[in-house]
Amino acid sequence: MVRKKIVLTFPPERVDKPITYHLVKDFDLVINILRAEIHEEEVGRMVLDVEGDEEKINQGIAYLKSQDVKVQEAARDITLDEAKCVDCGACTAVCLPKALRLNKETWKLEFDKEKCIFCALCVKSCPLGIIEVKF
Amino acid sequence: MLKTYQEINEKIKKGQAVVVTAEEIIDLVAEKGTKRVAREIDVVTTATFGPMCSTGAFINFGHADPPIKMAKVWLNDVPAYTGIAAVDAYIGATELSETQGLSYGGAHVIEDLIAGKPVKLKAVAYGTDCYPRKEIETYITKDDINQVYLYNPRNSYQNYCVAVNSSDRTIFTYMGTLLPKIGNATYSSAGQLSPLLNDPYYRTIGIGTRIFLAGAIGYVAWEGTQHNPIQERAPNGIPLGSAGTLALIGDLKQMSTNYIRAASFYRYGTTIFVGVGIPIPILDEEMVEFVKVNDAEIYTTIIDYGIPRRSRPMLGKVSYRELRSGEITIKGKNVPTAPLSSYAKAREIANALKSLIQEGKFLLQEPIERLSLERTFKPLEISREEI
Repeated sequence: MVRKKIVLTFPPERVDKPITYHLVKDFDLVINILRAEIHEEEVGRMVLDVEGDEEKINQGIAYLKSQDVKVQEAARDITLDEAKCVDCGACTAVCLPKALRLNKETWKLEFDKEKCIFCALCVKSCPLGIIEVKF
Repeated sequence: MLKTYQEINEKIKKGQAVVVTAEEIIDLVAEKGTKRVAREIDVVTTATFGPMCSTGAFINFGHADPPIKMAKVWLNDVPAYTGIAAVDAYIGATELSETQGLSYGGAHVIEDLIAGKPVKLKAVAYGTDCYPRKEIETYITKDDINQVYLYNPRNSYQNYCVAVNSSDRTIFTYMGTLLPKIGNATYSSAGQLSPLLNDPYYRTIGIGTRIFLAGAIGYVAWEGTQHNPIQERAPNGIPLGSAGTLALIGDLKQMSTNYIRAASFYRYGTTIFVGVGIPIPILDEEMVEFVKVNDAEIYTTIIDYGIPRRSRPMLGKVSYRELRSGEITIKGKNVPTAPLSSYAKAREIANALKSLIQEGKFLLQEPIERLSLERTFKPLEISREEI
């Protein structure tokens, strides 16, 4: 048995489909939905904890991809080196759940880890390279 | 004219100058009116802290024994330009390391030098009678080398466009990561705090103006590259897109990494955040009219970076107040916005410059020459044969 945390991004035309049902029914996976959100343009994001036979997990991921669902391995933790941050805001451009936000009074960056879905898009977007993921 | 540069400088020397930031003056004018503010306030400080590619440093390494006429130079494996003189070089922020790819470039060498870190210098030469040495490899720090000064051919852009991406794929640009189907919008200006937005017709910011450059005292050396004063302007004089620019110079040895930082944009390359602070003297009521400008009155143009052409489609205009709200509307769709220029840092710099002036440590310099208001911004046309 293998356990994996994955982030799914659903295109607008898939948000109303029972995709997770098929992971359970067709691939015998034990899933735990850690977070599920629908954003602008009805793009859906879901963080899943998936447990099952490694082969079945891979088949499940292949199925998700065949349904145009983007699959990313989720990080265990994301850290931001606040001492080095210059509060430019470049990371906020890609943070759809708004876990990274600029405070409207101080214009300093604030990181609310509770809202983070571990998609790690901020890592590439940081020009200073001070956001790190730990798997 | 209500006040002259000389009168304001006399007040600064006596510690009596009244200085506020470009942010603070907005409420002051609303409360007291233009006339009173023109009498009571002497200097307004402006600032910006954004990524600006056209940045670099001139270095004179000093002469080795036996001496070398450096033909090719690398600093931490980043090539520097040496076609200047025997031991002079120019390291550009966007020049990439030959060993580390897009993650380390001239910008990082500059930051390392300012931080006081040792930087590996490697040079090769062809050897001459006066410069017999053919190679050298050593470590330098800013304190060991003869001279090093930042020369920034373009900075303090007078406004800049908002970037979006209408294509079907994510694109990685110098305006950051742009999500497909106009999924986000990025902008890069300090808006109401930005120097040239507070002096839109370059009345006080010109060649010779003394400035705060990354923690050191610097100067406006020339108009910046791509200076484009004829950009379309709103009735208040504010350009609606990228317009004037400044070429800046300052002693790198006096700079602080608190105000200048190397950056690497994913799949684009390296660039550098440069902190600039510029004082604006309140000479008369007209200057108050200019410096009282606020984000709601500054508009810029939304450009579609999804179309990779020189003339990209324009998708409308938007104010900085709207941009800073975190969301704008494009074609009826709500689009989240994000800055690239740090407003927090700009504010910090405007306050640092304010303190320097209040403490009598920074005097104003009247421009020797004004920047052009007529310069045309020429594209590069591709001709098929030699003209």
